[in-house]
Amino acid sequence: MNDTTPTRYLPPGLPVPAPESDGLSAPYWSGLREGRLRVQHCAACGTWQFGPEWICHHCHAFDPPWEDVAPRGRIYSWERVWHPAHAALKGHGAYLVVLVELPHAGLVRMVGNLLGDPMQEVRIGAEVEGVYEHHAGAQPPFSLLQWRVHTEDAR
Amino acid sequence: MSVRSLRGRVAVVGIGETRYYKHSQSPDAEFKLALKAILAACEDAGLDPREIDGFASYSDDRSEASRLAAALGIRRLRSATMQWGGGGGGCCAAVANGAAAIAAGLADCVVVFRALAQGQHGRFGQVAGIDSVAGEKAYLMPYGVLSPPQRFAMRVRRFMHEHGVRQEAMRAIALASYHHAQANPRAVMHGKPLSAETYDASRWIAEPFHLYDCCMENDGAAAIVLVAAERARDFARKPAYVLGAATGSGHRAGAAPHNAPRYGSAGFDTVAPDLYAMAGIAPADVGVVQSYENFTGGVAMALAEHGFFAPEEANEFLTLDNLVAPSGRLPLNTSGGNLAECYMHGFELVLEAVRQVRGTSTSQAARSDVALVIGGPMVTPVSDLLLASENVL
Repeated sequence: MNDTTPTRYLPPGLPVPAPESDGLSAPYWSGLREGRLRVQHCAACGTWQFGPEWICHHCHAFDPPWEDVAPRGRIYSWERVWHPAHAALKGHGAYLVVLVELPHAGLVRMVGNLLGDPMQEVRIGAEVEGVYEHHAGAQPPFSLLQWRVHTEDAR
Repeated sequence: MSVRSLRGRVAVVGIGETRYYKHSQSPDAEFKLALKAILAACEDAGLDPREIDGFASYSDDRSEASRLAAALGIRRLRSATMQWGGGGGGCCAAVANGAAAIAAGLADCVVVFRALAQGQHGRFGQVAGIDSVAGEKAYLMPYGVLSPPQRFAMRVRRFMHEHGVRQEAMRAIALASYHHAQANPRAVMHGKPLSAETYDASRWIAEPFHLYDCCMENDGAAAIVLVAAERARDFARKPAYVLGAATGSGHRAGAAPHNAPRYGSAGFDTVAPDLYAMAGIAPADVGVVQSYENFTGGVAMALAEHGFFAPEEANEFLTLDNLVAPSGRLPLNTSGGNLAECYMHGFELVLEAVRQVRGTSTSQAARSDVALVIGGPMVTPVSDLLLASENVL
């Protein structure tokens, strides 16, 4: 499932993500804008790597190539945030953050929000699928990757 | 060639701190706080501050060594070291770096310190004035993972999940800090006891962290004076000798965002064994522990990684009775620490370990000739320090 949500999980005003000035993560962020999830996959030794680095941490080959992977995984850990640490979140209420591991990409992990009821019971190990959240009007425009519990796993 | 070790070669001969304030309430500039703590440490030692020839700090302390040297009119500056990394991960490493400079003959009298005025320079617990983010923050902040509790809660959740650790274990750590703070007039939370009921009823900051699982934010400064062991007995106070120190982190601990292989961990898997090896002691020899509490869950993981209990035993070990001075199994954070004395970025813990070795704590442990300080769970690098009285050497 590579669909897109028309809504934002969190209110506008949070910091906008951008690649570093050296461009290291640019393929990741441009991929999200296109509705593609990209992870570094070393051509020399097959190691998956995320976040990106200029070198493969296993075999030291430079510039590990980016590969499209399916945006699905399982919940490795989670938190329900209550205290607003940014003005944009004041009055918003609780929200869920999940750490998702990708079994088909070397168990690399990604942080995102878990869509749906913020008070839902969250189960470590639950299967989740990615949902692209596009912020086309932001300066600069960007996209996020959110997660929702896989339907067959939903309660 | 002798064994490469700090064991018994350097001692703490002076400690000093400013008054500890709630964040934004210091009437003094941050640099002035640093100066006051340093002078207090020199006075405690009976040392002319002009004898200082080195400074060491951590976490990008803004009170820079050369400015301190000029302000204090010291005769010459020989060592100026800054430990990389944020949070309290460097609170013991800065002591190790200062001690290493002395042991290697690069300096004779090093002051190690930390000064913080969050009101003047921005709070750790709030994010403001950032429009765009790159690097690790870009993977976190747009998802509302902005402040330290939000960055660390998922590590603790994973640890609790893997080992069946209950909220009551975290609560015991918070209760121990508040219990000890009631005896400590320096403590910001002196006169403000915490009950289990109040903890349970307190609001969530980020589950599994209640309000009382989270450190305070404070203004103040704290400092110690280090000299070579041969000179230690020339000073006014009972010396606290460096028995061991270790810093660093394990395999790919810094893999961002949240990709460290050992995730439900405080990060001492390689550091704690180094510490015990240098000191030549075992966990059972430690009489009292000061363990950096950014969040209680980090303390639980750190104590397990230092061999005081297996993670599966956390619920049995982490009870209030076991953690209080004088005669708990392992008196913990006997000044109140970051939760209830002062969030001096963990440096107040180093001073408290010195007091334990001297026998001058307001919550003295029954066994205090070997005092452990654990710096900065869940960050990288982390660091450890063991202090001991002369009879242990």
